Amino acid sequence: MAGDLPFEKPLVEMRKKIAELKQFGVEKEIDFSDEIARLEERYRLLEEEIYSNISPSQKMHLARHHGRPTSLDLIGLIFTDFIELHGDRLFGDDLAVVGGIGKLEGIPVTVIGHQRGKDTKDNIARFFGSPHPEGFRKALRLMQQADKFRRPIITFIDTKGAYPGNTAEERGQSEAIARNLREMSGLGVPVVCVVIGEGGSGGALAMAVGNRVLMLEHAIYSVISPNGAASILWKDASKADQAAEAMKITADDLLAMEVIEEVIPEPKGGAHRDYESTASAIKDVIVRHLHDLAGLDADELKEDRYRKFRKIGEFAESQAAEEVFSEEPALSPE
Amino acid sequence: MFKDLFQKKRKYATVPSQRLEQTKEPAEGERPKREIPEGLMSKCPKCGSIQYSKELEKNLKVCSECGHHLRLNAPERIAVTLDPGSFIEFDAGMKSVDPLGFPGYSTKLEQQQLKSGQIDAVITGQGSIGGHPVIAAVMNFEFFTGSMGSVVGEKITRAIEEATEKKLPLIIFSTSGGARMQESILSLMQMAKTSAALARFGESGGLYISVITDPTTGGVSASFATLGDINIAEPGAVFGFAGRIVIEQTIRQKLPDDFQTAEFNLQHGQLDMVVHRKEMRSTLSKILELHDVKGGF
Repeated sequence: MAGDLPFEKPLVEMRKKIAELKQFGVEKEIDFSDEIARLEERYRLLEEEIYSNISPSQKMHLARHHGRPTSLDLIGLIFTDFIELHGDRLFGDDLAVVGGIGKLEGIPVTVIGHQRGKDTKDNIARFFGSPHPEGFRKALRLMQQADKFRRPIITFIDTKGAYPGNTAEERGQSEAIARNLREMSGLGVPVVCVVIGEGGSGGALAMAVGNRVLMLEHAIYSVISPNGAASILWKDASKADQAAEAMKITADDLLAMEVIEEVIPEPKGGAHRDYESTASAIKDVIVRHLHDLAGLDADELKEDRYRKFRKIGEFAESQAAEEVFSEEPALSPE
Repeated sequence: MFKDLFQKKRKYATVPSQRLEQTKEPAEGERPKREIPEGLMSKCPKCGSIQYSKELEKNLKVCSECGHHLRLNAPERIAVTLDPGSFIEFDAGMKSVDPLGFPGYSTKLEQQQLKSGQIDAVITGQGSIGGHPVIAAVMNFEFFTGSMGSVVGEKITRAIEEATEKKLPLIIFSTSGGARMQESILSLMQMAKTSAALARFGESGGLYISVITDPTTGGVSASFATLGDINIAEPGAVFGFAGRIVIEQTIRQKLPDDFQTAEFNLQHGQLDMVVHRKEMRSTLSKILELHDVKGGF
């Protein structure tokens, strides 16, 4: 199968063996059906073993799989009557972010997502899914529009991070992200965010301040890409796998830390193996969470979101600080 | 409750000036360029001119030759900015833990505490500037490059909430390399937490002045540092989201020297003003005064 990852190699080899045996049986007109059945059973067991023990670094590769469904793939399968809307009204239209209005089970909603390209050309046009400030500002514009018309907001998170370029800096990358964080906290409609691939740093969070934050089973979400962490911590970007293990970036890790509310199971082998069942699983979970949130008014939704993020963080508090300062100030104001 | 704990005010700003040189120690085998009695003289990291440490400190650690603003640690910043004796610290005993069991984090925390004499990368509290009461949060680059983990996020959020409750102006002096990797996703979430607290503070009508000092990047620049009603930076302060090296690798071009400086940001509309350290107290005081009266006529 195309796009197999290194850890799937034993499965690939076994599939090859089964196919060869089948072929051989046909050519020589020998009945191998017992052997084939036995091999297929062993294949199922091996598959079970491999896919139920996917390590964080293997998940990182799954989350970045080129065949993984993108926001637009999922939007097409989950929503009806989708109309894409463009532009931030300030500078341009960043194709690394897509958004618009569609219907979910007949109810109008606003849906926004990071958009990776499907091929090299598309990826270049979409900056590999890494937004400039205008991408975040487009997202915010559409969210505020949703707020005005009382539409629930669904966001799909799938980015390596905000675009690290001079043009992005000149136009206020920091400000665009920070503003989204602040403004999203004040939205009076339900906000449900789903990390579908890679949730990379501030560029992911800038569209993920939701009442509910959910993750696909093999999605990852972290403060810095494992590659970036490895190059800073160990001066070696090739230690990304090691960093991925240390950083607790998987959906299960984030669920345990109460950063996300739910993990959405993926088809065996990952979302790229079956778009439709992936989309349908996501849809069911989003609909359930929107039903849960339906009873809350605007203020309660804001309060719910505030509380969700307010409680995140681990620290220790002691009664008195250590005496670490010495006696006399060396500097004094003029 | 806090009062009882923290009334016994500590004296701030007592960092021997030789610490500045420690980072600049010559590599082994390299001949030290000049023999300077430790602590007596200081060298400007920008122009290299040598000056008396005492003179430099009197000059608020601004180089008398080139005007370069040397980094201040949090106690020094409090000493040169707030009214003497006015500062009462909040949450002084709050400490980082190692929530992920991240390799080497606990040891690194201890080393940072020993090196900087600080418990974590921010000091928060209440004080006054030119007689105007303020809630202040002052970050410390000396501690773990000012990185924001749970402690920084929590202390800043509590300070913002305190300002909201007491209806006092808020000033945050930022300096940070970004989010603290060793706390991974928990660090990232501090960006959302602090920004949400600022949204509430803003709704209540509170004044927030963000003072950006060298350097302010990453998760701090992309959260509270840019969200001031008024954003001020010190001259030459590096302020941006992505690091220069990462950007140069992305665009495969060399960036101009002034890229991401305060002046660059002022030119690109990201700042209200660039203020010399000597003028900072009076500028803040003036802004606070202009906000004393709300409404009018």
